[in-house]
Amino acid sequence: MSERIVKLIIDGKEIFAKPTDTILKAAIDNGIQIPTLCYLEGLTPHGGCRLCVVEVKGNPKLMTSCTTPVSNNMEIITNSPKLIKYRKQIIELLLAERIHTCSVCIANGSCELQELASKFGVDHTNVSRNWERFELDMSHERFVLDHNRCILCTRCIRVCDEIEGVHTLDIKRRGKDSMIIVDLDEPWSASYSCTSCGKCSAVCPVGAIYVKGKPLSETKRKELPKFITERRRR
Amino acid sequence: MKPEEIQKIAETEHDLRMSYKYRINVCCSSGCLPFGAQKLLKAFEDTIKELGLERVCKVARTGCVGTCSVAPVVLIDPGNHLYQNVKPEDAKKIVQEHIINGQVLEEYLYKNEAYFSKQYRLILRNAGKIDPLRIEDYIAVGGYSALAKALTQMTPEQIIYEISLSGLRGRGGAGFSTGQKWNFVAKSTAKPKYIVANLDEGDPGVFANRTLAEADPHAIIEGMTIAAYAVGAEKGFIYIRAEYPLAIQTLKKAIEQAKSYGLLGNNILGSTLNFDIELRLGAGAFVAGEETAILSSIEGLRATPRPRPPYPAVSGLWGKPTLINNVETLANVPLIILNGGTWFSKLGTPKCTGTKCFSLTGKVKNPGLIEVPMGITLKEIVYEIGGGVPDGKKFKAVLVGGPSGGCLPESMLSLPIDYESLTQAGAIMGSGGIVVIDDESCIVDTARFFIDFCMDESCGKCIPCRAGLPKVREILDRIMLGEGKVEDLKVLEELCYLIKDASLCGLGQTAPNPVLTTLNYFKQEYLAHIVEKSCPAKKCILKKVEVVKE
Repeated sequence: MSERIVKLIIDGKEIFAKPTDTILKAAIDNGIQIPTLCYLEGLTPHGGCRLCVVEVKGNPKLMTSCTTPVSNNMEIITNSPKLIKYRKQIIELLLAERIHTCSVCIANGSCELQELASKFGVDHTNVSRNWERFELDMSHERFVLDHNRCILCTRCIRVCDEIEGVHTLDIKRRGKDSMIIVDLDEPWSASYSCTSCGKCSAVCPVGAIYVKGKPLSETKRKELPKFITERRRR
Repeated sequence: MKPEEIQKIAETEHDLRMSYKYRINVCCSSGCLPFGAQKLLKAFEDTIKELGLERVCKVARTGCVGTCSVAPVVLIDPGNHLYQNVKPEDAKKIVQEHIINGQVLEEYLYKNEAYFSKQYRLILRNAGKIDPLRIEDYIAVGGYSALAKALTQMTPEQIIYEISLSGLRGRGGAGFSTGQKWNFVAKSTAKPKYIVANLDEGDPGVFANRTLAEADPHAIIEGMTIAAYAVGAEKGFIYIRAEYPLAIQTLKKAIEQAKSYGLLGNNILGSTLNFDIELRLGAGAFVAGEETAILSSIEGLRATPRPRPPYPAVSGLWGKPTLINNVETLANVPLIILNGGTWFSKLGTPKCTGTKCFSLTGKVKNPGLIEVPMGITLKEIVYEIGGGVPDGKKFKAVLVGGPSGGCLPESMLSLPIDYESLTQAGAIMGSGGIVVIDDESCIVDTARFFIDFCMDESCGKCIPCRAGLPKVREILDRIMLGEGKVEDLKVLEELCYLIKDASLCGLGQTAPNPVLTTLNYFKQEYLAHIVEKSCPAKKCILKKVEVVKE
């Protein structure tokens, strides 16, 4: 039988956690902050944004704290200079990947990417920025899908699949050409499966999916998946 | 079928083989087919028929002999006479002289002794010697006797012990201990368990697994079945690229034959083992060959890697324990079972046992598929087996490990081939691709080519690989155009370290290797592009940028 409580050290602080916890959960529960972007409580962890990577003693590789379970006597460092540098670089790459001009973005002021950038002091990028434009999908009567702001965190895909249970959204193509699509790459208004529940707009960390005519501060609800999954468990 | 029956088939086949005085093996693998191997095979068959030699000489369709540079080739036994560049019209002459008069035709003979003398053909033991489409041919050379031994004389624990003892390591590139991997899966209690044989060989210029499947498909099937018995799996998948039609055909036929002989299916060889193999074709994604992406692809999802842990040994296909091995690893298994782990552990180096197949390509005199013992030096591969750089050109670099391998300069040629040494030098074992580059190629251009490949093949799941590789390419593009700045090199290096350390899977973690190694060993060439605005290989067309004084 595995022990019911494991002891681990995060940033020199001794903490206790359940063996089913991830490093991220153990850290949050003990007031240690690890930056995340694609992670959202209530959804299957994705492990794609790599912002939550931590150093685990004895492991040469960096581990994503959102997917790695804790184990006894684990020693974890969450904020070494190397990790901070990598996080900055990742934010830079995201800002450079598509058109992220905060001043004209609907998410200005309620954007997780913007928050992270200001937290890490990313005020410029060392790599050149992309200015390729994608067409907006404004066909749906309530929602807008703006690929220019999308960071491909797949929160919308996961919430649509796992919480709403319809899997309207998915990704087409691969690599830098990846794009969020509706059904089989149709205009949103032509979608048969979409229930217009709006969960995708509630969890989008940036301004890629939003509700028409409403400020994002009103429509964004990060805690929604957690709330629903906890209600279901009861 | 019972184990004794295998012995019986082997004896009958052996007698049949002995009844022929000569055996003409015509290579009909992907290397020789484009050069008219099919016509050649027919020409030999017709000639033998015409001259009424059917009882004296057997014409067989075989897999790759390994000398792809002189295709099509014909191997005549006894004596192992290898004829090169044979045309259909030569068939008559060869039969007349060699078979009837017993005279070896010197003018057609492949005379490069060094190509074979440094090699040690273990995995490719049957390549070019047996007809891959006949299971009887495989049984005749001792095939499936390892399976019989495993099922009748050994327990699963003993098999795993022997594999561990052999020191066999994963040939897919990462070099994880095979015995340990089997042990993990065997220890998992969840049922059912699966086995996946990885034949998604996507690297440009690499054709080792393909050749193996085309030449000796039953070695893969036998290895898989032994693994199934050892770890307690009941279903296996061979994941193969759809771009390998001949290998697919050959494997399909081999699985069919094994099923009809009762070597796959229920109660294999009278034991309690039930095991079945299914082919799964890839849909063109390079990343699908990654250990966890292959699982998603088999399940019918997008081929994107999953974070580990959980490891596939605990939660793989459909959340069940899954053993994933490269086909080359599996082809070693029958030999280890037959000869024992101790025998195998003496081959190669102590830490890195056995042999490895390499696809030797690029600017060498004798390109082809080679199999060498671990620990051999790069110099021996490039100069002795490969014959050095042709046309009086100068050797510049050798890229070891496929598109995400490392470019090593002449000074590193004494490096022995094993997982640790290669990783230390910045290269990887990878899929076993060795590309030799001569002084006509630009190093920056080479690095850009491979970054371009990895960028195209990135799945897009994690940011460092998806967003980082295009930026790396952009900087390399700028340097090649003569618009690069010295500061670019620092940005380039920092980006590469980010991609290497922070990416999710092996593709991203190794993709920057060509840039990092060339920056390390060939920095002067980068600087020549940036500072002198000239390309040492005279490949890149650099824009003459006037320096504007501020």
